[in-house]
Amino acid sequence: MKHRYTFIILFLGLLSFRQGKAQGLEKLLQNSRISGNFQFDGMYYNKDSLIGAPDIPQKVLMNAYANISYFNGPFSAGFRFENYLYALQGYDPRYNGIGIPYRFASFEKDKFTISIGNSYDQFGSGLVFRAWQDAGLGYDNSLDGINIRVNPWNGITIKGIWGKQRFYFDHGPGVVRGTDAELSINELFNKLNNKPLRINIGGSFVSKYQDADDPVFNLPKNVACYGGRGAISYKNFLINGEYAHKINDPSAVNNRIYKPGNATLIQLTYAQKGMGLYLAAIRTDNMSFKSDRDAGGNDLNINYIPSLAKQTTYSLPALYIYGTQPNGEFGFQAQGIYTFKKKTKLGGKYGTTISLTYSRYNNIFKKQIDENTPLDSTGTLGYKSDFFKFGKEVYYENFNFEFSKKFSKLFKLIVEYFYIQYNSSVIEGHVMPNIHSHTIVADMTFNINEKHSIRSELQHMYTKQGEGSWAYALVEYTIAPKWFFSLSDMYNYDNDIAEKRLHYYNVSTSFATGSTRIALSYGRQRAGIFCAGGVCRFVPAANGLSLSVSSSF
Amino acid sequence: MKSILALLFIFFYCFANIYAQDPNTVNPVGLKKIPSVILKTLDNKTFNTSDISNDGKPVIISFWATWCKPCVNELSTIADVYEDWQEETGVKLIAISIDDTKTSGNVSPFVNGKDWNYDVYLDVNSDFKRAMNVNLIPHTFVINGKNEIVWQHTSFSQGSELELLNIVRKVSKGEFLPSE
Repeated sequence: MKHRYTFIILFLGLLSFRQGKAQGLEKLLQNSRISGNFQFDGMYYNKDSLIGAPDIPQKVLMNAYANISYFNGPFSAGFRFENYLYALQGYDPRYNGIGIPYRFASFEKDKFTISIGNSYDQFGSGLVFRAWQDAGLGYDNSLDGINIRVNPWNGITIKGIWGKQRFYFDHGPGVVRGTDAELSINELFNKLNNKPLRINIGGSFVSKYQDADDPVFNLPKNVACYGGRGAISYKNFLINGEYAHKINDPSAVNNRIYKPGNATLIQLTYAQKGMGLYLAAIRTDNMSFKSDRDAGGNDLNINYIPSLAKQTTYSLPALYIYGTQPNGEFGFQAQGIYTFKKKTKLGGKYGTTISLTYSRYNNIFKKQIDENTPLDSTGTLGYKSDFFKFGKEVYYENFNFEFSKKFSKLFKLIVEYFYIQYNSSVIEGHVMPNIHSHTIVADMTFNINEKHSIRSELQHMYTKQGEGSWAYALVEYTIAPKWFFSLSDMYNYDNDIAEKRLHYYNVSTSFATGSTRIALSYGRQRAGIFCAGGVCRFVPAANGLSLSVSSSF
Repeated sequence: MKSILALLFIFFYCFANIYAQDPNTVNPVGLKKIPSVILKTLDNKTFNTSDISNDGKPVIISFWATWCKPCVNELSTIADVYEDWQEETGVKLIAISIDDTKTSGNVSPFVNGKDWNYDVYLDVNSDFKRAMNVNLIPHTFVINGKNEIVWQHTSFSQGSELELLNIVRKVSKGEFLPSE
């Protein structure tokens, strides 16, 4: 803790030092910029035994944070104050407390950018290293240490990182060190800069050190992970790929096996006006890479495995969203999007957009290392795997069709269909048959006049598994640009257990002005998995009144 | 009970603050320059945000993501009238996608598929979002001809685009420039 305060004093010191050098306050202010944001989320909880919402001893819980940053030419510094008293349901209780877990100072000089303190960064697509934050997910693995970037010539970027990862209000036990280089051949050679063929290549190396004194296993104290990547674009085509390899790293996540890990990601896109195609494939094999071999869940991840499944914000299809399986998965996604032009037969007056998406994840093929050793046995090489062979178990499958059209100035319609197959035994850890669900969504916007509009969503999910079928309805009334009112209900009308045929109702209102938004809502929230970007957290059932305030300047 | 009072107090305190602070007032500090962050273009070139400019005409910077419905709604709504706006005010819209590796590969097909004519940049690890102190998306900024941030707004509702257009009109006429 003490170090944090020292840092703030240092920060203020730096500020006043610069102030001394400036010829006057006015000049200083002219070149500098102070900016910040604030977010508050509080909730009053009611006990609701029907949905399984427990009694909360504190009655109200809150998460709040504020970022303040200062920029002056090449210099910048900032910090984030965080306050969880106590953390909202669904966030790790290790957040409980107050502190300044993020602070940094950075300057650019002679093609160098040097940052000290906490930093966020990503090497390539993140398979080897990604430090990022998502407050909504309660995810933050910023690296506290040094981060240096140098651009010796146009087209070459070299990065170096060295530090410890944030672990709630503390640091993880391991030290993370790494470097990355990226080269753009076109930017390096001036005469190639405007050629249609563009080639970028890159490579990264990251090593973590964690002490080990296990009485049984000889554990590696240093674990290296490295990767190479490339991207080629030509006119409307772009292909990029990355391969990463990790040496043996027995950990709590992989059941302490000694097998090395690897991950491959390939993406292909084609885009022209009115049309886009996207194909992607990912294969990961024992690729959890954490700065603490005993950590679980989302804690202390050094790398990032993206999930290629379509992300949706509609409530019913969002009940079953994929979460990445770092121990092994083989997935792919194909998507096409097309717009029928304005003033054509199918396009109508304003154009019509349709899109099709298919994604699927299976396990990777695993074979016993020998006849007597079961798969994934602790202290062994775990398993053998054939790179190009799919496993037989489906983790997730999604087919989505989307139609969106503005019919007139007064009416806009989006219709979506989702087929989702969801393996909750693997994704959530509840042993049960795979869920097969069919969902239809109609999202309608009616503009009453320039300022007043009504939006309504009707959704229906049909499934025989899990909790059975659901229906959902929402009505929103908006008075632009400030006021918003909404009513919604999600009804599990087809649950096998009659007492569990529950309504999850919600009433909410919000007020936005400039960059400030206040939202108040009352209702029930279903217990479930909340996912974004392949990272998931469990959200327990809740019933209550919540208030959010968000502002920035 | 005390905690509810505390909550209410915070609520009203924030409300009071909002009303005390008219979002349209001139920023007394003066310049609010755009911080310099390296982004990627859709065809894999690097782009420095300090190079954002539009020959003295206004710029709209809109933070969005392919998975964010209100963001897509805002950009689609503006796309219908973008040509008219450009003709009238000379404005340029820069759409900053905060899609990460999970969806960033899909941004180019998405933008083209939607037939949007914006300048789109990828902010895959939210560096620019952080530097601009954006909490929630959609979040929209208006930049004047001197590359200063003069207005910002969070959230989108049908009809909000008219308020945005009004701001852009004023800025293009040289009204409400904080440095003056």
